[in-house]
Amino acid sequence: MSRPEELAPPEIFYGDTESFKYTSSTRVQHIQAKMTLRALDLLNLSPDEPHFLLDLGCGSGLSGEILTEEGYNWVGMDISPSMLATALDRDADGDLILSDLGNGVPFRAGTFDAAISISAIQWLCNVDAVGNDPKKRLLRFFNTLYASLARGGKFVAQFYPKDQGQIDDILSAAKVSGFGGGLIIDEPDSKRNKKHYLVLSAGISDRSVNLEGAEMEVSAKKDKRKLKKLESRKSFINRKKETMRKRGRVVANDSKFTARKRRPRF
Amino acid sequence: MKFLTTNFIQCAVKGCQSSDSSFPLKYEECELVAETQEFKPEFLVHMLEKINWSALVQVARDLGNDNLPTEKPELDPIMEDDVLILKDLHNLLVETNILNGKMICNNCGHIYFIKNSIPNFLLPPHLCN
Ligand SMILES: C[S@@+](CC[C@H](N)C(=O)[O-])C[C@H]1O[C@@H](n2cnc3c(N)ncnc32)[C@H](O)[C@@H]1O
Ligand SMILES: [Zn+2]
Repeated sequence: MSRPEELAPPEIFYGDTESFKYTSSTRVQHIQAKMTLRALDLLNLSPDEPHFLLDLGCGSGLSGEILTEEGYNWVGMDISPSMLATALDRDADGDLILSDLGNGVPFRAGTFDAAISISAIQWLCNVDAVGNDPKKRLLRFFNTLYASLARGGKFVAQFYPKDQGQIDDILSAAKVSGFGGGLIIDEPDSKRNKKHYLVLSAGISDRSVNLEGAEMEVSAKKDKRKLKKLESRKSFINRKKETMRKRGRVVANDSKFTARKRRPRF
Repeated sequence: MKFLTTNFIQCAVKGCQSSDSSFPLKYEECELVAETQEFKPEFLVHMLEKINWSALVQVARDLGNDNLPTEKPELDPIMEDDVLILKDLHNLLVETNILNGKMICNNCGHIYFIKNSIPNFLLPPHLCN
């Protein structure tokens, strides 16, 4: 079977018919969900804190639905109007942006705490329009993505490389843009189930990506001070509430007024 | 598009990203709808840290809302009074959706259209980077 990337540009390939077929297939739903959960596993985000995520090539929201289920708020970008329309029909919770990843990520510095991409970035290796230079587009993509991530923000992308050349192009663009990290290959010996995950970090973070089994060098040196998180967020909040209570202050969900009806101020 | 997103999205043209006048975009002819969303106080406090407050006030004004305080509030989700303000912020940032409208870059003048709540950030070939 030929690769979708070789048949037509993404916004044409994922037209109304294909978007519907893709999204309603339980087989596809299952695979995309599984890979999204694996990407989250690799991101290794702290479960105690809220995170604002970006889903690159979000399509009809199959990957985003998992992000919502896992409690994350997210924004998705995709080039196919049909896929985004399908996402709207399915009531995706994230905001949806119609845009071409090869033109960059149009968000100001430090917007996102982390980013994922499921089955999309191999499209950037194609020449879909006259004058498109894949290397230039990959660089623009990684450069602007790097900027849009908070310091230490992580990016995990599952993708379907055509060959080693595409892997090299993607890794080198990521590196030139300042990312540290590497490639993880799940089930490398299975022709059917082999999956490539790019696992990157934009600068040093206090919780590094889950790089068990990665095959490229990682920017090591972690900040020791940041590592000692002695107290979980929950117990911290409870202790703080107790202190406030002792001072006679009204703390949240302690009060009988919590559910009173009022008009919003803004 | 959620009101929250207006505080983060910027012009996609390469030259505009280093220009001070390109953020926030200017909002015109916007049609708003309210959508119920789960209230997550911890998430709001987290986003409040990132929010550029003067840009928020400016966009709120574009959309016809002059009621925002000029200073960013400091809120703690464990305090009852703060939770009330966080609910208002939730209402404004997460539950207010721009259904249709225009966003204009003050630097290059490009107009981005929002249709069916999806902003179109595809660039015409001459603006591609
Ligand atoms: C196989 S789908 C995956 C969608 C979603 N992440 C999921 O898990 O179901 C690949 C998506 O990548 C999008 N895509 C391909 N090239 C793109 C580009 N240059 N910019 C933005 N999106 C792109 C396609 O439109 C398509 O929706
Ligand atoms: Zn501009």
